[in-house]
Amino acid sequence: MALIRDFAVQCAQMLLVLALAPALTGLTRKIKARLLRRRGPPLFQPYRDLLRLLRKEAVLAENASWLFRVAPYLIVSATWVAAALIPTFATGLMFSWSADLIAIIALLASARFFLALAGMDVGTSFGGIGSSREVMIASLAEPAMIVIVFTLALIAGSTQLSTIAGFMGSPEVGLRVSLGLALIGMIIVALSENARIPVDNPATHLELTMVHEAMTLEYSGRHLALIELAAMLKLLLYVSLIVCVFVPLGQAPPEGSFAAYLAGALAYLVKLAVAGILLAVFETAIAKMRVFRVPQFLGAALMLGLLGMLLRFVSGGF
Amino acid sequence: MPVQIALYCVAALLATSVLGVATSRTQAGTPLVYGICLAASAVALVSALAQLLAGGATDSTLVLPLGLPWLGSHFRIDALAAFFLVVVNLGGGAASLFALGYGRHETAPHRVLPFYPAFLAGMNLVVLADDAFTFLLCWEFMSLSSWALVMAHHRDPENRRAGYIYLLMASFGTLALVLAFGLLAGPDGGYGFAAIRASGHPATMIAALVLVLVLLGAGSKAGLVPLHVWLPLAHPAAPSHVSALMSGVMTKVAVYGFIRIIFDLLGEPSWWSSMVVLALAGITTVLGVLYALMQHDLKRLLAYHTVENIGIIFIGLGLALAFRTDGMEWAAALAFTAALFHVFNHSLFKSLLFFGAGAVLNSTGERDMERLGGLIHRMPLASFAFLVGCVAISALPPLNGFVSEWLTFQAILLSPELPQWGLKILIPVVGALLALSAALAGACFVKAFGVTFLGRPRSKHAEKALETDRFSLAAMFLLAALCLFAGILPGFVIDALAPVTQSLVDGHMPAQSTLSWLAIIPVSESRSSYDGMLVFVFITLSALLSVYAIHRLASHALRRAPAWDCGYPDPSPLTQYTASSFAQPIRRVFGAVVFRARERVEMPPPGDPSPAVLHVELRDPIWDLFYAPVAFAAGFAAERLNHLQFLTIRRYLMLVFVLLILLLLVAAIWL
Amino acid sequence: MSGHLAFDLAHLLAGSLVLASFMLLYQDRLYALINVYAGHALVLTLSVAWQAYIQNAPHLYITAGLALGFKAIIIPVALRRIVQQLGIHREIETVVGIGLTMLAGMALVALSMVVMLRVTGAAAPIAREDLAFALAVVLLGLLTMVTRRNAVSQIIGFMSLENGLVLAATGAKGMPLVVEISVAFSILIAFIVIGIFLFRIRERFDTVDVGAMDQFRGERR
Repeated sequence: MALIRDFAVQCAQMLLVLALAPALTGLTRKIKARLLRRRGPPLFQPYRDLLRLLRKEAVLAENASWLFRVAPYLIVSATWVAAALIPTFATGLMFSWSADLIAIIALLASARFFLALAGMDVGTSFGGIGSSREVMIASLAEPAMIVIVFTLALIAGSTQLSTIAGFMGSPEVGLRVSLGLALIGMIIVALSENARIPVDNPATHLELTMVHEAMTLEYSGRHLALIELAAMLKLLLYVSLIVCVFVPLGQAPPEGSFAAYLAGALAYLVKLAVAGILLAVFETAIAKMRVFRVPQFLGAALMLGLLGMLLRFVSGGF
Repeated sequence: MPVQIALYCVAALLATSVLGVATSRTQAGTPLVYGICLAASAVALVSALAQLLAGGATDSTLVLPLGLPWLGSHFRIDALAAFFLVVVNLGGGAASLFALGYGRHETAPHRVLPFYPAFLAGMNLVVLADDAFTFLLCWEFMSLSSWALVMAHHRDPENRRAGYIYLLMASFGTLALVLAFGLLAGPDGGYGFAAIRASGHPATMIAALVLVLVLLGAGSKAGLVPLHVWLPLAHPAAPSHVSALMSGVMTKVAVYGFIRIIFDLLGEPSWWSSMVVLALAGITTVLGVLYALMQHDLKRLLAYHTVENIGIIFIGLGLALAFRTDGMEWAAALAFTAALFHVFNHSLFKSLLFFGAGAVLNSTGERDMERLGGLIHRMPLASFAFLVGCVAISALPPLNGFVSEWLTFQAILLSPELPQWGLKILIPVVGALLALSAALAGACFVKAFGVTFLGRPRSKHAEKALETDRFSLAAMFLLAALCLFAGILPGFVIDALAPVTQSLVDGHMPAQSTLSWLAIIPVSESRSSYDGMLVFVFITLSALLSVYAIHRLASHALRRAPAWDCGYPDPSPLTQYTASSFAQPIRRVFGAVVFRARERVEMPPPGDPSPAVLHVELRDPIWDLFYAPVAFAAGFAAERLNHLQFLTIRRYLMLVFVLLILLLLVAAIWL
Repeated sequence: MSGHLAFDLAHLLAGSLVLASFMLLYQDRLYALINVYAGHALVLTLSVAWQAYIQNAPHLYITAGLALGFKAIIIPVALRRIVQQLGIHREIETVVGIGLTMLAGMALVALSMVVMLRVTGAAAPIAREDLAFALAVVLLGLLTMVTRRNAVSQIIGFMSLENGLVLAATGAKGMPLVVEISVAFSILIAFIVIGIFLFRIRERFDTVDVGAMDQFRGERR
């Protein structure tokens, strides 16, 4: 009985992240539009966009291979599995121990691997630009994230997300310097990985300025719907991660009651909304950097993570 | 008993080598030689695997009356040797299976067939050897037979240069090992490994010297920076199945030599030895993958990437050394298991990738990625196997590369408890370098697969490629299946490695195969755990779920159309991204510092229809810093000493006279 | 718990000062550099004020006020006016790339950690770690001065170095008010003198790029 209940809660989390991902993107777009004195699209427009894309005919390039057709499914499944493993309304879910933070980052890396390959598949310059810039950004963002994960693991004593969330919620954690460095580093990495300003512009289609959009230029119809969904899931994943680690208030403990889960879900919704608004404000306030300033930006995140890790190695007080 | 089986297999391989001399020019020579090699490797593999899984409780030894009269030749299989025999024979068997198909296209079989079984025999013998003389003799035998294979296509001047440099580095490495064994055995000690173990711990100075010599000797064979320069020249020059063996297996035999001497024979090394190993390994990892990113020759890219993976293995070994000297045996077991797991994984996926490169070379006659492309349509099965290899080597779950990287990361996370300051500063840096190299490896293999197999064909050869034969495909798919197995059932591999770590670092990881859901838990469940099987199942289930959902909810319509071209159709496949263009952002970010990369465009004046040319200039920092001065000094000294050839008779007499006086003076002072 | 909070907050502020020094290294435009320096001084103010609170040392409030007034407000405004009047080229030329400079900064932080934590084994933990951070800020200020070609950015490096010294002094509970005031005034004088020099240099050579000025020295090595 308990097994079935745990399984149901885990399934509920998986469906929750899938359902909320377009809403977060919609909220961010709406707030950005409002800040620019436009009315903006409705909050639930991304759902309508996905449905519209699903109903359209998919157009494939003449020399697109099987990899091009299979990649969207692989990308969505890897991102979805990774997003479902991050505690949202409750910690200690049934399968949360099967992959720790490092495995989650590696799952995102496999999604990105297949996306970059799909960009190279058709053999045009646009895809090549997108893939080569994406792997350059990834070659710095991923190590920065791993080093930040190390810093968190050294503070909390575990790479398991449920344990980290539990530790951060307990009174033992203090205001540590390395935590502050990890937070700033994680925000920088989250901005880069989700193709947000200042790293990449999610709304542009000019080849000089696009990275993510360039890789997916050839996709249409249901494949494009899957890739857009994967991008929204990735944004939700990063926001959930930052919120779960640094603001772990209101998360239900393992084996909690239904009321605790409900309260956790409510708290999660509030946190997501606040994060979406902050992201929108930040993106409106700052300009996009030129492409070769991005490695310095990410290099700074890597240095911050490394500094946090060094401080933890050197002394437990940091 | 297992020793006898292994030695019989070696004898069979040596006999096959002789047979190869006789039959190489006949039609039946290739299948006969490779078939017997396959059989011998399979028998040795099964026997070694049986001994490893039995717990390695009994070591079997054998002394043969060959070699030095008062020493004989000692052969022994303990847990470590059993594991490395598994690695060697698995690689050897897969390469022989591949060569059954690939070898038919060989243009100079009489230069390959006699030496290939000898190479396999040499590698097996190095792992079996139990005394210094046999070890060194078989090490040289292995080097020479692989050199002969590197020189198989000797008409190409690049291959001749590769063979020359390889021979130089191999001789240098063996010299270092001879000195190391001499120091270990001592002035009146025995050369048998048992005697060396029994002679107790050498003095700190001697131990330090032995470590440096072993790093020079075994490290140069494995490919540690700065001794790696021969590897990217020699590995691509050999035929592809031999390249797979050299990269995937021979480097592991060198790692075996390092482990045997440092962990087993040296006793207790001091704590700073781990710092040297870790620092070298960290630099090796990042430099190897950066070099690989700059290459556009497929086999050279794979060879440089081997350097990176050797760095990862040595990071694990360095951590194991550090933990062991501080008494944290369980952490040392974790680090050591991570290193050995990576040894196994790398032999699998690097061989697979070299087989793929060999298949491409056979089908198209090209190794240069800038002239390939679109092969996924012409060679679908080979490209699928190559893709599995690329995913595995980029350390992506649920395949095996990720598991060994994950274990290494967990070992790094245990290291704040080490007390030494140097390690406290070095290990975070090494951790960051490891993470950096993992990300760059992913970039490298997106480039390798994307430029070679995806896109449109860039030359006539690529347009007309054909699928490879069944034997090659069988070998590639076998290795791909093993990659998946090791990725989703890592607990079994870890448990198989337990006797090895127990014998060398006095500790082993907790039993993994009994854990629920087939997870692996290195230290404790609250700390970290990973379940490869579950991750694989989840990914498959969610992929199937999305396929089903799309099938039900979405339109099924599909139409083929030309690619998006912004209204300017480009007929030429030359407008797509090449390997150099793909690597340009990374070259600009990292290469400017590491390789002093400079790009120069020669633009013709307006009205001139000749093409613009892009020159990319890279300087190898290791070559400039280490080898060029050494080569210059050697040339300079030789130039000066040449004057000795042209002295007058009186000068020669003077020389003899002066040396005699010096000798008498020395005798007077010292005696 | 309150002792723990005091410890952590002091650490956090000292760490933020190191972070601000890294941000000084990261900037490549002159106005942004001046703004970040103002932020640097602001963090110093907060850190000194917190130290005043937990050490119950009211004279440190005056130090904090001085930092806020002079370094966070007056000096950045003055620098901005100097930049405008001199019409200095508004991008900073660095000697080596920003990536290498940040790597060198990391190595300096590691060095100061190792040195300070080994040398001061017997002192109180809060003081030791604050001293380690302070030394890191000093070294990063020196690095800023060494890797910049523009004289204004070298001045800012010098001022951030002085901020590090103030952090060290307040953390170690030792600097009397008289010393603090005299140090602050001498820095002010130095600043005025350097400003005058900058104007004169610009008049004569039409540039304040120190690399260009080397060429005018005459003798060649």
